[in-house]
Amino acid sequence: MNTDAAILEASGINKTFGPVHVLHDVDFKVYAGQVTSLIGDNGAGKSTLVKCITGIYPKDSGTFAFEGQPVDIGGPRVASELGIEVVYQDLALCENLDIVQNLFLGRERLKTGLLDERSMEQATRDTLAGLSVRTVKSVRQSVSSLSGGQRQTVAIAKAVLWKSKVVLLDEPTAALGVAQTRQVLDLVRRLAENGIGVVLISHNMNDVIEVSDRVCAMYLGRVVADVPVTSATKREFLVELITSGRSGDVGLREEATI
Amino acid sequence: MSDPNAIHALTDFALDTVEKDFKSVVHDNVVRLKSGNLGSLPAILAIIVLTGLFGWANPNSFLSKINLANFLEQASAVIVIAMAVSFVLLLGEIDLSAGFTAGVAAAVLATRLEHWALLPSIGMSALVAIVLGAFTGFMVAKVGIPSFVVTLANVLLFQGVLLLLVKDGGSVRIDDDVIKDLVGGNLSPSSSWIFVGVGLVLFAWSQVRKQRVSHRAIPMSLVVFKVVVAAIGSVLVTSLLVENRAFPNAPAPIRGIPYVVPLVLMLLLLLTFVLNRTRYGRHLYAVGGNAEAARRAGINVPRIRLSAFVICGLLAGIGGAFLASRVNSVDPNTGANDTLLLAVGSAVIGGTSLFGGQGRMLNAVLGGFVLALIPNGLTLVGKKSLPGVGEIDFASSGTKFICAGLALLLASSVDALSRKRST
Repeated sequence: MNTDAAILEASGINKTFGPVHVLHDVDFKVYAGQVTSLIGDNGAGKSTLVKCITGIYPKDSGTFAFEGQPVDIGGPRVASELGIEVVYQDLALCENLDIVQNLFLGRERLKTGLLDERSMEQATRDTLAGLSVRTVKSVRQSVSSLSGGQRQTVAIAKAVLWKSKVVLLDEPTAALGVAQTRQVLDLVRRLAENGIGVVLISHNMNDVIEVSDRVCAMYLGRVVADVPVTSATKREFLVELITSGRSGDVGLREEATI
Repeated sequence: MSDPNAIHALTDFALDTVEKDFKSVVHDNVVRLKSGNLGSLPAILAIIVLTGLFGWANPNSFLSKINLANFLEQASAVIVIAMAVSFVLLLGEIDLSAGFTAGVAAAVLATRLEHWALLPSIGMSALVAIVLGAFTGFMVAKVGIPSFVVTLANVLLFQGVLLLLVKDGGSVRIDDDVIKDLVGGNLSPSSSWIFVGVGLVLFAWSQVRKQRVSHRAIPMSLVVFKVVVAAIGSVLVTSLLVENRAFPNAPAPIRGIPYVVPLVLMLLLLLTFVLNRTRYGRHLYAVGGNAEAARRAGINVPRIRLSAFVICGLLAGIGGAFLASRVNSVDPNTGANDTLLLAVGSAVIGGTSLFGGQGRMLNAVLGGFVLALIPNGLTLVGKKSLPGVGEIDFASSGTKFICAGLALLLASSVDALSRKRST
């Protein structure tokens, strides 16, 4: 596969909720093996864009292409069939179940009609080992006994288990301490190294600069910058982009500002 | 493994691959208990303490053979209804009308038996129980009324149906021998022994199988320990039950394991199997733990809710047959009074959470034993004068209600506190 081509490409996406125009001609690309950060102030349209990509909201206009082919993401099921998975901020884990049970929730492996615990347990271990997760002592631990970082890891592993090609992470480090943030950021990098197209939604500019390959900034429903991280190594630059829509030569032109 | 710090050095799923010995399993359990997850321990302790207490206070009647059988029969209906309620408790829902579902199903059974043969009568009774459960489930899962409210209304609704069926204040006699023997009939001594033998072999086999699947996380010594304890216990109880326990001047001897034992055991095994080994069971726990996560995983949450209420209804209906069989008749009080509270209490005392997602079928049995021991033992203790307090009538309903109520409160406190501690 050509690594220069985007694995997922959204072009000219528009979305309105009644009179509110939430997304204006949004162009957004995700590359395999790269971390693309999606940044923006609250209300900039990040979540709406993610929900359009995953088929939760229907878009008003615009097109999606996946691996170069035009696709119609008509619902969450289509998105997951394509290999697009989202890890939401609330993680959506069942605390009363163990790691294996959570990873396979809704897609349990069966053998003669009964749960095939052995094969699911092994697959869980393989997936976690593939992500170099070294902090989990037993895959039969219940999620309630895990730390915040470990839970995030389990949620990410759940997205990866299905051979996903694009993984969207919504604020994965927002509720974590320093050490656990470290673990999760390492994991984000490892996802990209495994060839997955990673989208990181974050408010933490230090995380963004550290872990991303590309940065996509949104301001009031528009994409105001889509640049490699090498040209955005200053925190102030990014903060200016998301608060005023422009910074120096990059961003909205004066007349386009609303 | 004896050094507790060694565990911190283990990574990469070390706990899944390290062999454990008896001591470390005991240690793991102590750690689990200390973290507030008490499971069924309070119920097991309560059974031991209560048996000791009542046995000490009244060794002749409480520890008699006839009371042992009587106790098992008393506990059976409540245990079955507790299993029914457990299904909705696992979802964090409640069914306050399960007692009257049992009552209505029993009334249908009794009235149909006046005209129909046994099998169609049982079929009709089961069908009605399923319909009542489905009705509750529809109101909760599809209409979206909280189960507490729906089933509170159903208490009146179903009680009304029950009154109409048994014609206000009357009672319907049951003459069918099979239903009469459900609670009260016994296996013959020889089939009792066969039953115990087969049961023990199956138990040992299932334990060994579990040990193999566990990657040696369960030590063989623990398996042997469990099987030996089960063997000693069941052989002891059976040897008491196969002896004649009728009063000296009774016309016929009464001996053998009461039918309720294999019946309840079969239900226990079947339902445990459904909960632990099938996809449906897994989804039930998932919806109880986090309905939103289950929904996002593609589980049809309303359908799981609906089905849990249907199963609850059917099992309550079976419990109704047990209730009717015990007194050979159905009246407006069948399944009324404290039936439901004892059932919910049994599940909770056994360690099933009222908040959903935690629980086993075995909990209903253990809790059911505790709540059946209390009235059984208190009745036999009767009037006793305590030093400094004066005479207390332990056999009165007042005392029994107070004790059962306190036990339930205690159990729910343990549930709530352990939940608080784990979050």
